[in-house]
Amino acid sequence: MPIVAALLSVAGLAGVAMVAPVIIARRTSWATPIVYGASFVLAAVLLVCGLLALLGGATFQGSVHLPIGLPWIGAHFALDPLSAAFLVIVDLGAMVASFYAIGYGAHEEEPGRVLPFYPAFLAGMNLVVLSADAFGFLVAWEFMSLSSWALVMAHHHDAENRRAGYVYLLMASFGTLMLLLAFGLLAGPDGDYVFSAMRSAEHVPWVSGLVLVLMLLGAGSKAGLVPLHVWLPLAHPAAPSHVSALMSGVMTKVAIYGFIRVVFDLAGEPAWWWAVIVLILGAGSAVLGVLHAVLQRDLKRLLAYSTVENVGIVFIGLGLGLAFKTNDMDGAAALAVTASIFHAFNHSLFKSLLFFGAGNVLTGAGERDIEKLGGLVHRMPETAYLFLGGCLAISALPPLNGFVSEWLILQAILLSPDLPQWALRFLVPASGAMLALAAALAAACFVRAFGITFLSRPRSPAAETAREVGRWQIRAMYALMALCLVAGVFPGPFLDALSPVSQLLVGGAMPKQPILPHFSIIPISESRSSYSGFLVFFFILMASWAAIRVIHNFASRAVRRAPPWDCGFPDPSPATQYTADSFAQPIRRVFGPIAFRAKTDLSMPLPGDMEPARLTLSLRDLVWEFIYAPLEGAVLYAAERLNVLQFLTIRSYLSLVFAALVLLLVLVATWA
Amino acid sequence: MGLILAILVQGIQMVLVLALAPGLVGFTRKVKARLLRRQGPSILQPYRDLLRLVRKEAVLADNASWLFRNAPYLIFATTWVAAALVPTFASGLHFSWAADLIAITALLGSARFFLALAGMDIGTSFGGIGSSREMLFSTLAEPAMIMIVFTVALVAGSTQLSTVAAFMVNHSTLRVSLGLALIGLIIVALTENARVPVDNPATHLELTMVHEAMVLEYSGRHLAVIELASALKLLLYISLIACIFAPWGMARQDDGLLGMAIGAVTWVGKLAVGGFLMVVFETAIAKMRVFRVPEFVGGALMLGLLGTLLLFVSRSF
Repeated sequence: MPIVAALLSVAGLAGVAMVAPVIIARRTSWATPIVYGASFVLAAVLLVCGLLALLGGATFQGSVHLPIGLPWIGAHFALDPLSAAFLVIVDLGAMVASFYAIGYGAHEEEPGRVLPFYPAFLAGMNLVVLSADAFGFLVAWEFMSLSSWALVMAHHHDAENRRAGYVYLLMASFGTLMLLLAFGLLAGPDGDYVFSAMRSAEHVPWVSGLVLVLMLLGAGSKAGLVPLHVWLPLAHPAAPSHVSALMSGVMTKVAIYGFIRVVFDLAGEPAWWWAVIVLILGAGSAVLGVLHAVLQRDLKRLLAYSTVENVGIVFIGLGLGLAFKTNDMDGAAALAVTASIFHAFNHSLFKSLLFFGAGNVLTGAGERDIEKLGGLVHRMPETAYLFLGGCLAISALPPLNGFVSEWLILQAILLSPDLPQWALRFLVPASGAMLALAAALAAACFVRAFGITFLSRPRSPAAETAREVGRWQIRAMYALMALCLVAGVFPGPFLDALSPVSQLLVGGAMPKQPILPHFSIIPISESRSSYSGFLVFFFILMASWAAIRVIHNFASRAVRRAPPWDCGFPDPSPATQYTADSFAQPIRRVFGPIAFRAKTDLSMPLPGDMEPARLTLSLRDLVWEFIYAPLEGAVLYAAERLNVLQFLTIRSYLSLVFAALVLLLVLVATWA
Repeated sequence: MGLILAILVQGIQMVLVLALAPGLVGFTRKVKARLLRRQGPSILQPYRDLLRLVRKEAVLADNASWLFRNAPYLIFATTWVAAALVPTFASGLHFSWAADLIAITALLGSARFFLALAGMDIGTSFGGIGSSREMLFSTLAEPAMIMIVFTVALVAGSTQLSTVAAFMVNHSTLRVSLGLALIGLIIVALTENARVPVDNPATHLELTMVHEAMVLEYSGRHLAVIELASALKLLLYISLIACIFAPWGMARQDDGLLGMAIGAVTWVGKLAVGGFLMVVFETAIAKMRVFRVPEFVGGALMLGLLGTLLLFVSRSF
């Protein structure tokens, strides 16, 4: 049974986490390969379990009840198509990250610091996906949060990282609290915490609605939905790069899993307004995330903001799925849900790839600020090549995988004029426009990221003397790059593999993707639309090959190297190049006034005056200003007021306790 | 037999677009010169330019990377594949189901991605300014194009261009949404092809500096391939507008040789009319400041969104 093997592997990961300090103490130099090697093997076992359960059908699925945890509940674990799909996403990412980590860390001060927490983090993420009762789910969720907090704090000497860890801890506790309340509502007054009981129970509409809101707050904050994303761009870049890859590529997917599990599977029949909320949040996250990303100078923070964007895209798909599900449009709902899970899978691939690339840049050049990089394509050719692949995939360009999933979501949007609700009919095309805008901005963002980091001339001595990294890191990246290409060129089998998932969630499935002719995929029916990544890839290869052959054979293949032309005014200083800021300036000028209230003030001295001219730019983070800052003020104010409570007499404390007891009893009496 | 014929038609289309693209550019230059009361070079001049360029050696900057050398071929290949999938003289192209209109838009996006990167490779200020502005324009032109695709797809019930063309031939009625889409598509086409109100294809040393600034460092065969790709892109957009909004005369799947010939002649006629109208528009209007362009292209986005919304309200718009 894969479920038993999976649980044993999770136990193995926890075991590795526990013996890691011992290994570090005894044999420091062996610790890294042993811990990451063991994590790699165990993640591989878990991946096989997930694949078997996803592709093998009911014989490989199942559930287990263990007598651990709370005495009257025990611990329930289950492997159904949904958890199997996410088990594959989690452990594919975990496997590659472990492989990468074997070689990574040469530039770190204390690479051993993360070793005990790394397998614990993997174990936590796997347990969330495998749990089948609320108690186990919440414990695993909190375990995942805390172990990843320890990983974020790996570089705690830096004050900025300590702040990131603090904000992360606050948001994670808030999220878990919301999940706790959501599960409490689902369990009802009788309190049956097993998922199967929640699934079969009847839920009152307002309870289900409240559960949706709580899940958006709880799982949405972990996934990075705007406006709950504030911790993500601080915490994800603070960790070592292979952990950043796991947090951005994989942990956000675990949060998406939690959302799908509760909202689609446990919370009962959705109402149409659920889709409205999810669509608005998704579209907002997509556009705001990428607008932030395009302005960042820190390579890893740029990638973290782009995660916010991609999570938004996944939620647009899920919102469409909810809209179609309430209206019993099974085929369309299946398309939307499959597309968004496929996008989650794709994002886990290319975001890990890009974070690995950022890790290589950090190792090779010791710099994360792209304004100080440049020209790395000559010093780190393989990293540059692989990072370019990731950029193409995340910018949704054919024939890679990011395009396929976004194309499927656009196709789902084209089915929505049949929706009966007017609000949705207006909202869905608007979110389609937002999706297209986000995709176009992502292309600009990654042209900037790649162009400034890897192309042009080195902007600092660090970039000039950068060195290529070791084989482990490069091989891990090649594996991800190959998967991106395969998922983009042959998407059919991936979509077929997800059909039991959509069957479980919305009671329908996409049409069986024909393997022939030419590996094309069809979202609804052949006459509406189809796409063949294989043919597009093949045609591009053939056309460029033909062009090169013809020109080289029949015209000229001579090359002469010369100084740059630059219209006759070449400047020897690299400081005259376009910088990251100047590249983003036009985009900032067009979108900044709306999204960030951007203002530029130019103070020009009078002619003859020797004062320097000053250009001041102010960008405001409106989410922080309008939501978090007032909240912070309110908390401080309340704390100040309640400070009185610290200095009461024992009599007053006793009367307060008594009053609280009476109040609770009255509440219970009226409730029942 | 039918399959061979279909593949043959597809092959003829690929060769035809390649052969006609420089001619279209020559034609527009000639018309523009005549409108400005100049004599102008011969229509065949772009062919001669291309031949001369491919025969010359390529001069590469000292620090040009592999990306700089390979990008022109990738740009050319993606543009050519996109152009080959737009029905020109015959609907029902054999491979048209391989990529729908959204995929064609994204293929052009791939070409632009590589072009912008190539502009940044040498590390000159001209290349950077071109890439930065090109990406700015594309952030509005691409969603505008997607919304126009939505409008057309909702009318025709498909995003496949062949199906759309067949639908338009059989159900040619006037619709508000299609009118909005047409205006939007024209704006997008002018932007994407770096034509006058947005950019000036005739110079790179004005303050326009978008497309021509990016390719400033290219020479010889690389420049030839890029020039050919941009000519193909112009042809693609005019064919696209013709295929969606003026599909008359296009040969259908079961039409014989005569139908094909009629289709080819009308297509060449449409290209000439399209190129002529574009040049008249260009001569009549002045170039915009760079930061006016987002308003211009943003207008296309709004038109596309409006068209889509109208169709969500009622299918009869």
